This record gives sequence, C-alpha cells and structure tokens, in this order.
Amino acid sequence: MATRLRERLAALVAAAVGWRFFKPAVFVACLSPAIWLGYRAWRFFLGGDLTALGVDPSATLEHETGKTALIVLLITLSVTPLRRLLGVNRLQIVRRMLGVWSFTYAALHVSIYLVVDQLCYSTQTCDLSGIWQDVLKRRFIFAGATAFVILSSLAITSTTGWQRRLRKNWQRLHRLVYVAAVAAIVHFVWIQKSDIREPLRWGFFLAVLLALRVVFAIQKRRRARVRLPVTA
Amino acid sequence: MIIRIKTSADVSSSEITPEHVYRSRREFMQTTAAGALGAVAGALLVPGARLDAAQQDLPAAKKSAFTVDQSVDPLNTFEQITSYNNYYEFGARKDDPVRYAGRLTVKPWTVKVDGLVNKPGNYGVEDLVNFNQLEERIYRHRCVERWSMVIPWIGVSLSEVLKKVQPQPSAKYVEFTTLVRPNEMPGLQTAGLDWPYLEGLRMDEAMHPLTLMVVGLYGKVLPNQNGAPLRVHIPWKYGFKSGKSIVRIRLTDMQPHNTWAVQTPNEYGFYANVNPTVDHPRWSQARERRLPSPLLNRPTLIFNGYGDQVASLYAGMDLRKFY
Repeated sequence: MATRLRERLAALVAAAVGWRFFKPAVFVACLSPAIWLGYRAWRFFLGGDLTALGVDPSATLEHETGKTALIVLLITLSVTPLRRLLGVNRLQIVRRMLGVWSFTYAALHVSIYLVVDQLCYSTQTCDLSGIWQDVLKRRFIFAGATAFVILSSLAITSTTGWQRRLRKNWQRLHRLVYVAAVAAIVHFVWIQKSDIREPLRWGFFLAVLLALRVVFAIQKRRRARVRLPVTA
Repeated sequence: MIIRIKTSADVSSSEITPEHVYRSRREFMQTTAAGALGAVAGALLVPGARLDAAQQDLPAAKKSAFTVDQSVDPLNTFEQITSYNNYYEFGARKDDPVRYAGRLTVKPWTVKVDGLVNKPGNYGVEDLVNFNQLEERIYRHRCVERWSMVIPWIGVSLSEVLKKVQPQPSAKYVEFTTLVRPNEMPGLQTAGLDWPYLEGLRMDEAMHPLTLMVVGLYGKVLPNQNGAPLRVHIPWKYGFKSGKSIVRIRLTDMQPHNTWAVQTPNEYGFYANVNPTVDHPRWSQARERRLPSPLLNRPTLIFNGYGDQVASLYAGMDLRKFY
C-alpha cells in the first residue's frame, strides 16, 4: 500500500519534473512573493495607500521577507530527501536555483532592516554603530547575521566555476547550509515575545529533513560494508 | 509618509464627531432599538470593517488640556488604533484582537474592588466612572516593541475612580487584573503567558492626573480589542503597563506582580517608564517608529514626552535599576 502510494507520487513528481517548463515554473513560483510584496510596497510608498502594507509596514516587510527566505531554504533542503525517497533524480535541477532564491529573500530581509531600522537610506543617517551593537549585543540578530553570512558565501560559490575551483572543499563548504538553517530557526525563536509555536513548527520540519539525512548516511555506510567482501 | 502627515492633519479630533452629531446620533440610537441591534450585529459579523460606524456613541466628552501638538503628533486613524493591538488573551499576533474580540461579552460587567479600601465591593462600570464628566485626551502611546501611535481616548482620571472607593492610607500600590474568559478568548490557550494578566502602579502614579481610566475612543464606546469596557492608560509608560478589560482593582501595601516582568524579568520591569537610554535586551529603545511610518527615525522621548509632569515621581531613583 505504502509502496504503491510512493510509486504513484514518484510518477507524479517525475511527470512534473519532466515538463519542459518545470524550471521556469519553479522560478516564477519563487518570484511571486516578491512581486506581491513589491506591489503593496509600491502602493504604500508611491500610491499613497497607507493601508497597503498593514498598520505596521516595517513589520510586514521584515516578517514576510524573512519568513519567505526560511521557507524557500527548507524547500531547498527538501530536494535531496525527496529525490532519494521517490527516486526522481531530475529534481536536482532546481536545487541551486532554490538556494539562490532563499539567499535573495534573506538579502531583501537584511536590506529592509538596514533601511527602516538603521536608516541606511543615506550615509548621513545610517546608524553604523547601531548595527554593530545589534550584531554583538542582541543574540537573535547574531543568529540571523550568522545565517545570512553563510547563505551569502554559498550563493557566491554556487556557480559551476566555483564548484570546479573548490573541488572537494565545495561540498564541505556547502554543508554549512545546515548551520544556516538552524541559525535561521534560532533567530526566529529568539525574536518571539512569548508564543513560539510558529518557529517551532518550522524547526520540527527542519529536524525531520536533517534526521532523514542521518538515515541516508547510515544506509550508505551499511551498504558500503556489505559490499566490502564482494569487492575484496 | 509625507502624504500620511497631510491626511491625518486633515482629521483633527474636533472634526470627527461634532457635538450636535453626537447628540442626534445618540437620540437615534435610543429611539431605534433595531438600529442599535443592527450596529452590534454589524460589529460581530464584519470585524475590522468600518468599526467606527458600528461602535456606539458616548455622551459628549469635554476637550481636555491633556493633548498634543498635532503638527508634531498627528492622530492615528480609528482603523489603525483598532486593528493593530497587543491583547494576548485573543492571540499573540497583532491582528488577532480585531479578529476575535468581537465575541467578547462586555455587558454586564463587574469590577471587584478590594484590598486596602474603605468601600470594597462589586461595582458596575457606571458606578466607577462618571459618564457626565468624560474627557477627551489625546495621548502618545509608546509600545515597548518600538512602535507608537497618537490616540484620542475618552475617560476620566483614575484618581477620580479611586477616590470613590476610598483607598486607606496604608495602600501603597494598585493592582489591576484583566478578564480571563476561555470560551471568548482563544489566545489564553496559545499566547504563552500566565493568566490572568496582572499589572500594577505605585499609588502616586495611580493618583497622577495623567493616569487615565479609559471607556472610549474617538468619541465612541471603547472597542473590545482596545480593552472594553474599562482599561487604564498611563502615557509615560510602555503600553504593557496599561491593562485592558479590568475586572479587579486591588489596593495593597506590597508591590504587585506584573505579568511581563514575571514572564521575562530581564526584559520587562515593574516601572516600564519610556526611556531612550535604557535598552530592552533585544533592541535599543533610543528611536521609535510612529505608525504607519516604517522608519525607526523618531527619537524616543524620556517619559514619552511627559517628563515635565512625571519626572519628579522618580527623583533620586536609578532608572536603569528600576526599569
């Protein structure tokens, strides 16, 4: 029963992935939250509609970009487990794009923080010491900054050129994505005042994804051990 | 934001409900029960939508000398004030109160007054607040989360209320208890605080003329999400000090526990005076954003700009220690 369900799901995913517009479709899906937020921001800042971003526009801008970055990161981390569970190797073709999209939303999130909270829309107003204080003194900002620094370096080295140049180190470096994901969840938990259910739900999802990787690693090692006498 | 300033300057509070409109509306409400019922039903069916139209009028309030310079502090709109609230009994998100507070029953309402008073007992709202002496006061409201608004409250000084119940000389503090009603308040299960919500003031803070017992907003009966039917507002303190939907007022000689200080003692204290130099551990309090501006570009004022009137209450106190 479970096997049949998995086969059907695998066939469905394989069909979707096989579609010639699969990659562009994923691209558009990733772009759409930015378009929707950008449209509301345009109405607020230029159209004079002061309700377009809710009562507290900076909260709306920061929360929506931050949450989208996290969700896209978790989707990125779902690619490998899904590929292995369903046996649809072609899913791999969207992984890099998803990762870069997660970084894009994180960069938007950080830029909005710099502009609205630290007033970095001009050099005169930008509160550089305030930023430094925030990173050093506020642990939730430190956690967020950690995640962002990691995502930035992974986005920069995401190209095929860098992949070749770094060889084995590329995979080592890109394993830091797990640290970034955990730091992002911690950042989300630490900004809450009392109700931490939402970040914990995403944290549980991340824990499942990480646990699956541990299972895969154990399976791989076992298989290697079984093969050993045969090859010897 | 430039446009925002223009819009709100257009709406001076005196233009919102002229007295004759007050009275004619009031007559209409009194003579047409159906109209009143319709208004209430409207408020229940469409939370957030044209709340000002659904909310009942109050007797005319006299303009108070406690106001603001509206060229510096333009009023926030009724919609802003009533759709962005911290009222955790309805949920921890800012739009939870406007969504769920409609189901709250505020009539009948009893406030238990006890402790060190000569006239303890169960009081109705009208027993505590003289509705013929209502004042409209325009106050700055500063949340500990760094956003602020300017709000035209209707109410009377808390001192007038306390005088009615006659505090004993031994009373040093006032404790406020907020309503806990699980079948009407979904946030009680989820918001992660201990209930009931408790707040307190020192006696001299409670008796200060600025401390307001609120029953209305923008000339209307106070909307549920803002703490109907009875709440306090202490304009020189962070918003969490101003308890909503009060069911108990207790006078005591010991400093009361207040919910947030119990929950996270290193972040929230008993005094919670607005102070740009005392940071919240997770953010600087030096600047604030006046909604709906997204920019955190307004310098925070000591005692929220009410220092002339209240700084003397804290003479000689280390405000870093008593935060």
